[in-house]
Amino acid sequence: MKKVMVGNHAVAWGVRLARVEVISAYPITPQTQVVEKLSEMCADGTLAARFIKVESEHSAMAAVIGASATGVRAFTASSSHGLLYMHEMLHWAGGGRLPIVMADINRAVGPGWNIWTDQNDSLSQRDTGWVQLYCETNQEVVDTTIMAFKLAEQLNVPVMLMLDGFYLSHTAEPVDVPDQELVDRFLPRRVAPYKLDVDSPHAFGALVRPDAYMEMRFLQQDALNKVPQALEVIEKDWLRMFGRSYGAVESYRAEDAELLLVTSGTVTSTARAVVDARRGAGEAVGLLKMKMFRPFPTALLRDALRGVPRVAVLDRNVSPGHGGIFAEELRSALYDLPDAERPELFGFVLGLGGRDITPAVIDEVIEKARTGTVPGREDLWVGVNP
Amino acid sequence: MSQLRIADCVPEGDLLTSGHLACPGCAAPLAMKLALKALGPNTIVVMPACCFTIIAGPWPQSSLQVPVFHTAFATGPAVASGIRAALDTQGKFDTTVLVWVGDGGTFDIGLQALSGAAERNENILYVCYDNEAYMNTGIQRSSATPWGAWTTTTPAQYPEATNKKDILAIMAAHNIPYAATATVAYPVDLIDKVTKAKAMRGTRFIHLLSPCPPGWKCGDDEGVELARMAVQSRVFPMLEVEDGRRWRFTMEHAGDPVEPYLRRQGRFRHLSAEQVSHIQAEIDAHWQQLVQRTAQDALVPA
Repeated sequence: MKKVMVGNHAVAWGVRLARVEVISAYPITPQTQVVEKLSEMCADGTLAARFIKVESEHSAMAAVIGASATGVRAFTASSSHGLLYMHEMLHWAGGGRLPIVMADINRAVGPGWNIWTDQNDSLSQRDTGWVQLYCETNQEVVDTTIMAFKLAEQLNVPVMLMLDGFYLSHTAEPVDVPDQELVDRFLPRRVAPYKLDVDSPHAFGALVRPDAYMEMRFLQQDALNKVPQALEVIEKDWLRMFGRSYGAVESYRAEDAELLLVTSGTVTSTARAVVDARRGAGEAVGLLKMKMFRPFPTALLRDALRGVPRVAVLDRNVSPGHGGIFAEELRSALYDLPDAERPELFGFVLGLGGRDITPAVIDEVIEKARTGTVPGREDLWVGVNP
Repeated sequence: MSQLRIADCVPEGDLLTSGHLACPGCAAPLAMKLALKALGPNTIVVMPACCFTIIAGPWPQSSLQVPVFHTAFATGPAVASGIRAALDTQGKFDTTVLVWVGDGGTFDIGLQALSGAAERNENILYVCYDNEAYMNTGIQRSSATPWGAWTTTTPAQYPEATNKKDILAIMAAHNIPYAATATVAYPVDLIDKVTKAKAMRGTRFIHLLSPCPPGWKCGDDEGVELARMAVQSRVFPMLEVEDGRRWRFTMEHAGDPVEPYLRRQGRFRHLSAEQVSHIQAEIDAHWQQLVQRTAQDALVPA
């Protein structure tokens, strides 16, 4: 069934098709349409979930943690300051190995107040033990929401999927809504290996002393390390059943490229058009889309970028005092490549606080990366007029 | 006579084992033991950061024989809401979700989540065992610390300068089905209240005074007696409030002078006679307020 829908409604449809049992959320722009749509679905019975309308994001995450620990499928959505307010409980979900799925509508962080998109909200949560998947289209949002539950429940890790605020959350696109019966076959009811159960009483999250704490973190790390491969298998199933797949990273017209752009989120779509134009003009420019940021898909990235002469990373985010966050992590991942195969990597910071990243901006990036002589400078800010 | 009644009324069997890690003389494990006698094994405990985080025991042990979910400081009622929703979707309506949390987690950092859960009338039982300061971190003041008390952050030269927050009235103002006070000094009363709360639906709140020998600077064997003195001197009256409107005393209060209660505790040792009089006046004024509230109730048909 094809429907035209905005990204926020695509999230809600994914949640509905995944037959989520408990939702808890607090409204924040630009996430509000997610909770509105889910409220409608719960009210009209198309989604048989309990929706706990809490008084804060901190409580929203706490409530889905309680629900998930009791063995059911749980979901929340937030954005920007709401996500930051959840921070403590994101650790609790990650460390507690609870397979919660959350949608974060990427929005800049104040001050000054800014409701438009950048990735600093989610990227500042990178060390909380959540898988992070950045989406490009509304179709990808529906599909990823459902696949995220499968991934989360397989490895007992929480999964966060990201949509660019407004550019995706409020943009309508045609979406092929997966068939419910097929989704049920793809994603059966959750069976929790451990849960709060009066017939088998256990204590969760008790004091753990230095002799055991590290082992818990090691096992968490081990589970996250398995995510890229698990997602690959899940995507193969999805491809077989629904005819679509995305990949943790995706190479686009990357063959024999002299310069590869690295993007995430909606800027990828703009970059595809720029790459097409450049290829049309006979230029060897390609694209690498990074969907997965946590766990960092190091092996996939090394394979994709090995031997490429120049790489330009487009970061709609910044680690103040350092640089664009994707660029920093990517440089680290490529460090171990032999000198001859290691690309010269240029990190560009752009599009913060919702500033448009147009084809002209990407053209500027391409020219700078081509002519740049100082790889390692991470403060190549584009489009700034101080 | 009262011993006979205890034997009749206190259920046998304990869901709190020996070997827990409470300080000697701590009232909290006794309160937990009594509460779980009333609630039985079909109970899930939510435990935000508090002394009981330690008392319950480190991994892989647990002194509680019911499921326990340890959680972050401010999240008890929210986590409990999620557990409740999940149980309901599984048809497990008869399982009690008990939030067990100290005064810091209730009066201070957890108040927002508690207010949210109470406003939604979540079907949970919330017990605040109140030892009147942040005892687990070494006796720092909380908004449950009484006026005039010494703590490590309110030294005797400049003791606690504000009155204890009236948490029962705050919770009653949410018009929840049940709010009550209790202490371990009156175990039958405590069990009766938990039993009554267990049978109700919606948010139920019990404020439990829990003497802390290291924090109150009293003997290990004085906690229960001090709790009894707190009740009889009307420092901590025994009350029930139903639907936020019907207030009633659940026992007679002798109205003993507060001074002996204060003088037994090192945390009040520095108080002058004038300061003790001030505390007495505050207690008397609060009592008059309660007398009015409970009298108003008598005019409202039950």
